[in-house]
Amino acid sequence: MSAARRCRPPRALAGLFVWHLRNTDVRQIPCQFMHLYHVANDRLITFQYFNFLKRMYVTQCNKDLSQRAKPKSDPIVSPFHELQQLDQEKKVVHKISPVSAVHQLWSEASSRNKWGELKSAAETKDSGIPVGAESKEDRRWKEMKLRLDDLPGILARLSKIKLTALVVSTTSAGFAMAPVPFELTCFLLASLGTGLASCAANSINQFFEVPFDSNMNRTKNRPLVRGQISPLLAVCFAASCGIPGIALLTLGVNPLTGALGAFNIFLYTCCYTPLKRMSIANTWVGAVVGAIPPIMGWTAATGSLDAGALLLGGILYSWQFPHFNALSWGLREDYSRGGYCMMSVTHPGLCRRVALRHCLALIGLSAVAPVLDITTWTFPVVSLPINLYISYLGFRFYRDADRSSSRKLFFCSLWHLPMLLLVMFTCKKSVLEKEDKGDLPRESPETAMEIRLP
Amino acid sequence: PPAHSRCDWIGPPDRHSHLRPVIFYAPAEESALERRLREARQEAQASNQRFWARHNRAFRQEKEEFIYSRLKAKGLEMRDESGQKATLNAEEMADFYKDFLSKNLEKHLQYNRDWYKRNFRITFLMGQVALVRALRWLRRRKKNVEQ
Repeated sequence: MSAARRCRPPRALAGLFVWHLRNTDVRQIPCQFMHLYHVANDRLITFQYFNFLKRMYVTQCNKDLSQRAKPKSDPIVSPFHELQQLDQEKKVVHKISPVSAVHQLWSEASSRNKWGELKSAAETKDSGIPVGAESKEDRRWKEMKLRLDDLPGILARLSKIKLTALVVSTTSAGFAMAPVPFELTCFLLASLGTGLASCAANSINQFFEVPFDSNMNRTKNRPLVRGQISPLLAVCFAASCGIPGIALLTLGVNPLTGALGAFNIFLYTCCYTPLKRMSIANTWVGAVVGAIPPIMGWTAATGSLDAGALLLGGILYSWQFPHFNALSWGLREDYSRGGYCMMSVTHPGLCRRVALRHCLALIGLSAVAPVLDITTWTFPVVSLPINLYISYLGFRFYRDADRSSSRKLFFCSLWHLPMLLLVMFTCKKSVLEKEDKGDLPRESPETAMEIRLP
Repeated sequence: PPAHSRCDWIGPPDRHSHLRPVIFYAPAEESALERRLREARQEAQASNQRFWARHNRAFRQEKEEFIYSRLKAKGLEMRDESGQKATLNAEEMADFYKDFLSKNLEKHLQYNRDWYKRNFRITFLMGQVALVRALRWLRRRKKNVEQ
């Protein structure tokens, strides 16, 4: 992480910030500007670092999220929350009174640091100059006509494709950790099915949340909010992703995985999304939504729900809390105004306690892995430093309860999970080892196939 | 939007409600179903606009009042020496956010119910309109082929 911090962000981005600040009527105190500058740096660094991690980690693939490894998760919870595009900053401010502008800009900045829209980050990085033009574009009246060449981009944003990619990568992690010989077709089918299911769930989520998304800075530029696509098309897209996705999982992999996929879509769209506006219990539901994909990966490989699957799910479940609670700490104003019931707004003490509790739980869960024969004993040992570090940051967040500690915790959670999963994979107990020890009955390839294809 | 246009137009976000207004196009040969759809969308737009404009205005106002009262309690003025508006830090504002959210929860629950109902109805009508249009197009094509 320190190596990454030495990277210099592109000048264009810094230039954008200056341009932006000059264009608003808010008189920024110089230190505020510097803070924003650093935030921009951090975001880029995170993005670069992330890309690096993604490539490293890609035995598999990669919405969001915006907000944890919550698949199909909603913006808030999953790690894969969408990043806001830079141009949003510009639009934001002239509407908001100077007092709140400072908070606003910071909340935008922090929301931009979410793991989700790496794509938009790339876009804004690449198109540094046109960003100014974009905000003018946004102020114009536009035809509500669907343009076919825009459609792929629109659908990608509708389905939170980056979040989906990350969800699929957690599913792959679950698949890879299962103690069975690796089956490529099964793996691809499971990944594709999960990806489609995730796209469907994200689209329905956006369909439900249009007026709320318009009011929150992080989500202002979604396709349905901007009228780039009609609600009918969004629903049809969701159906055309979800139904084949679940069918693929049920018929091409196994019914258990299909059932889990369908259940997860239901949990995300019909439980989590409405619950966000009703009670703080939504965070726990959302954490379950995030925990299910690796379980799906495991069941896709083995066909059954073992303790190993539940452990992997448990790790993802626990991870969601430090990730999301740290993230939501900076978005309290938007949540309050938007009417979202989040712990960070209503029960701040609980918010920090839960984050810390689950950081510590991660240590415990990592230690259980070798007991269940999933990994060797090197796993808890090697993962101890990173688990201790995130627990330390969780403790700092608990004690200090300020935005710098919440940001540190959030950024840590972004690299902590991929690293943990990677270490887990490298420490995986080899199937052959187990067979030699006589722990596992020898499975012939044909019987292995039989299990998976009913 | 230009007068000759035959589709809906969407504009920039409203200052108060942050929602984007839509100008609906009503063709001369609009069917009863299409008219119901357009009216449902207009009603939903108006209702959303009213709710959010009022809500956001209330938020801004209450926030100002809160800051003012807190600053007074601390013995500070609204503007400091350099003339800039004094602000409270995030932790102090947290009390206000918590308070505001709990005060408005009931209002939000009702609005949610209302919005979900409208959203489903509009989407369902859109589906019906699309279906009717598709059938009409197919029938016209069949007629063309036969001729």
